[in-house]
Amino acid sequence: MDVMEAKVLTKNFGVKDSHTLPVYESTGGYNVLKRLFSMKPEEVIEEVKKSGLRGRGGAGFPTGLKWSFVPKDSPKPKYLCVNADESEPGTFKDRYLMELDPHRLIEGIIVCSYAIDCHQSYIYIRGEFVFPKERLEQAIAEAYAKGYLGKNILGSGYDLELTVHRGAGAYICGEETALLNSLEGLRGMPRLKPPFPAVVGLFGCPTVVNNVETLSALPFILGEGPEAYRKFGTEKSPGTKMFSVSGHVVRPGNYEIPLGYSLKKLIEEDCGGMKDGKALKAVIPGGSSVPVLPAKDAMEVNLDYESLAEKGSMLGSGGVIVMDETTCMVKTLTNLAHFYAHESCGQCSPCREGTGWAHKILKRMLAGEGRAGDLETLHRIADNMAGKTICVLADALAMPIWSYLKHFRSEFEAYIEK
Amino acid sequence: MADIKFNEANQKKFEQLLKRYPQKRAAMLPTLWLAQEQYGWLSPEVMTYVGGLLEVPPSKVYEVATFYTMFHLQPVGKYHFQVCRTLSCQLRGAEGITAQLKKRFGIGIGQTSEDGRFTLTEVECLGSCGTAPMLQLNDDYHEDLTEAKLDQLIESLE
Repeated sequence: MDVMEAKVLTKNFGVKDSHTLPVYESTGGYNVLKRLFSMKPEEVIEEVKKSGLRGRGGAGFPTGLKWSFVPKDSPKPKYLCVNADESEPGTFKDRYLMELDPHRLIEGIIVCSYAIDCHQSYIYIRGEFVFPKERLEQAIAEAYAKGYLGKNILGSGYDLELTVHRGAGAYICGEETALLNSLEGLRGMPRLKPPFPAVVGLFGCPTVVNNVETLSALPFILGEGPEAYRKFGTEKSPGTKMFSVSGHVVRPGNYEIPLGYSLKKLIEEDCGGMKDGKALKAVIPGGSSVPVLPAKDAMEVNLDYESLAEKGSMLGSGGVIVMDETTCMVKTLTNLAHFYAHESCGQCSPCREGTGWAHKILKRMLAGEGRAGDLETLHRIADNMAGKTICVLADALAMPIWSYLKHFRSEFEAYIEK
Repeated sequence: MADIKFNEANQKKFEQLLKRYPQKRAAMLPTLWLAQEQYGWLSPEVMTYVGGLLEVPPSKVYEVATFYTMFHLQPVGKYHFQVCRTLSCQLRGAEGITAQLKKRFGIGIGQTSEDGRFTLTEVECLGSCGTAPMLQLNDDYHEDLTEAKLDQLIESLE
């Protein structure tokens, strides 16, 4: 399928003043609400399930299923927390969705909130995103003024308040339970699961946490129907997805493509190929936490959940980092180890100690003081981090360590004293 | 202590934001943001004041303020240069940007120039990887940087 046809999230990106309410309305914006309020919440959840939409923040959990875990008979208030804490290295899609089309997100928030019987929603946005936050706040004010938010929306009897909550610099707050703690005014440390947020979430109440991109797909799904959404993508990975491409390509940027699209085509055609005509060496396909692919695998893989898993990597957040032949993989992994050591919240020993230890070894190797046994130690550290902590930040460094050592071992060996 | 107090505008903002949360403590981050806006950084006295407003012990404010990188525990320069150092920016030349700033201001990473005008820090991924290398100067992003562009930016500052 031609990329140009598959525009669910970005169809207004080129439109002048796309962030304003009149422009959004002129392209059919907020039309979905009339239909929404004529439906029962269960019917909305059913449509989202049918669409096959999966969480676009990184974990890929089926969205409709996540909503269905919210207990209907709970007397407690229910919350929707929008995860706008975009921090996965290589990912910069939610920022543009908020800057260029904030009303699409707000409409999606209304859809989800109605489906789970939520009357107060929070957008948790990373502290550094000052401009996107301003855009969102303007859009929210417009939506309140027009009666799309607040009491008795469009005469439906349904009420929804929407609040932007600004983070203050912490990668870990993108993890959904850390986000909840942060919103409650605590350090952003992940919680043990179960209980899952759908049952015990924000302020101890049933809560759904959804990513910006996930919610932004809802106006299309409700408006055009789940079948229309499934026309894009593959049978198992339906729909479109934003891919943020960075690194050594001619045209880095955001690309909305149908899932199942060829990575080779994305790099060579859409992104204009490799910068300065260099050869491709490796690609991280889904944000820095997922296993790296050597050029050969990268050129064969399609961008969907299943194809990437077959090649030993993951779709993740869709942050595609492209590296050319001049890239030093030891330096690359050292950079990532620094990131995870810096961002570990510190509550689990394997992560707090493991990320720091791995970084120290890599830094020493890079400085020319690699020792025999370093690679084995790195491997052992990764083995002892993954799957042994409250959240997956430890795994997010273990996966790069394993994959870099597997695919580029000789480069690492070259840094070890003979 | 007696001097630490929200000005009238911030007091109003504070009262407004309390209405958005069912628990006072949930207003912690927005209240710390307001306090940092007013005082430039979060001194122990300011944190104690915020604790009083939110009815939590000062230690609870301190643990939050120290957890998040954007809260300043000491004064920063008028112009705070925060260079993204993470992978995509490194691949596109972030180290050159940092080196240029170090040389220009005669300071190291984490330092403030003697006249108190410039602070230089390295930060982790700012979500601007497609326009690397980049930095955040106070609140604003400056992207697709080159040596000339960065010089121009510095020249434009008062």
